[in-house]
Amino acid sequence: MQWHSMSEFLAMGGYAFYVWGSFGVTFGCMLIEMLLLNSRRQRITQAVKQEAF
Amino acid sequence: MKNIDIKSNMQTSKFNWLQYASPKIFYPLAGKLIPWCLAGAAILIAYGLYLGLFVAPTDFQQGEGYRIIFVHVPAAWFSMFLYLLMALYAGLGIVLNARLSYMMATAIAPTGAMFTLVALVTGSLWGKPMWGAWWVWDARLTSELILLFLYIGYFSLQAAIDDKSRADKASAVLALVGAINVPIIYFSVKWWNTLHQGASVSLMNAPAMAAVMLKGMLVMAIGFWLYSIAVILIRVRCEILERDSKAAMFRQD
Amino acid sequence: MKARHKRFGLIAAGLILLVIATVLITKSFRSNLVFFFTPTQVEKGEAPKTGSFRIGGLVENGSLKRLPDGLHVQFRVTDTAKTMQVVYKGILPDLFKEGKGVVAEGKLGTNGVFEADQVLAKHDENYMPPEAAAALKAAQENKAKGKVI
Repeated sequence: MQWHSMSEFLAMGGYAFYVWGSFGVTFGCMLIEMLLLNSRRQRITQAVKQEAF
Repeated sequence: MKNIDIKSNMQTSKFNWLQYASPKIFYPLAGKLIPWCLAGAAILIAYGLYLGLFVAPTDFQQGEGYRIIFVHVPAAWFSMFLYLLMALYAGLGIVLNARLSYMMATAIAPTGAMFTLVALVTGSLWGKPMWGAWWVWDARLTSELILLFLYIGYFSLQAAIDDKSRADKASAVLALVGAINVPIIYFSVKWWNTLHQGASVSLMNAPAMAAVMLKGMLVMAIGFWLYSIAVILIRVRCEILERDSKAAMFRQD
Repeated sequence: MKARHKRFGLIAAGLILLVIATVLITKSFRSNLVFFFTPTQVEKGEAPKTGSFRIGGLVENGSLKRLPDGLHVQFRVTDTAKTMQVVYKGILPDLFKEGKGVVAEGKLGTNGVFEADQVLAKHDENYMPPEAAAALKAAQENKAKGKVI
């Protein structure tokens, strides 16, 4: 374990904006991709169900 | 209009690898793989974050700022790798005239573009404090930006042509031609003077990283790989449904 | 009508992107592939005579000075064969250190001093904890001593 306190961990040695910004952008983009994809999947499965009747 | 019986179809044909090239066989198979890949991705990314943020030590040059490497490098690897995979499927589509190949290429592109964007943005966030600039026009950064334009060009070409099979072929040609950019990105730091440093991890040389740091980065990369597989399979299933739903080939869950 | 308009827009957007990409490629392949020149190359006259360009190398040990005006800094860039004097006004990046890599963008003054508008730190691809770096340095120094003796 590298950290002595929570605030030290959050400060990232003064690089907080850059480090947390990078991690935020990365996982934010992945989350947005999954959400968009999920809504597309729901739309198409709905359409297919209606078509089947 | 009712379902063609998939089960009897599978039993009558003897074991044949080519059957997986058929969307109606591939669709349920992909559906079975997705949850495993998603679970694996979640576990590995969580473990990678733990290694990268808690276990890996400070860097001697960059202090804590270097921790951006744990997302930047895997994202950059997959921006290039997914492009090659997309070009491969596009090429297979042309050679075999296989629709599923084209659909795979189409499904890979958005994830590849997303990782390219992530690599560029995290790189920028890393460049500012360490180099002193958000962006420089060196060969590595410029060629990675061109990669993003190639992905965008690929989607827009597909969207611009109404006839699906023509759109598939035209965009496949673009994907194949653009593949030349990937080795340019990869070797740019070797071939030219760039601000971007050389590769820390390569096949030929021993990694220029402490073992724990390397482990964190590789775990994260495998996590991103599983994530990519899951997302691409979900997308290719959407693609199959959107293109073929009128043929009523699929049973409902 | 609508679909046709949409298609036209997409094709136009695609073409614009293609043009931007081509411009970027030519731009980078013409001048920026050589992102920086070393002091030796500048001496040989390979760098542009007019306009701004970049020089790169290591910050020579012991050469970093703050000028009396308190705003400008001065240092020498070396490629171990030749060195070049640089003056710069502004904030130096975190990784700017004597003995480490640097890339400076600016113009060569008539007095032979390079006047930089931007100074970038170029770091290497090694990542290790500080203790390992210290141990490595000590080992190298010992080895060097051993050779001298």
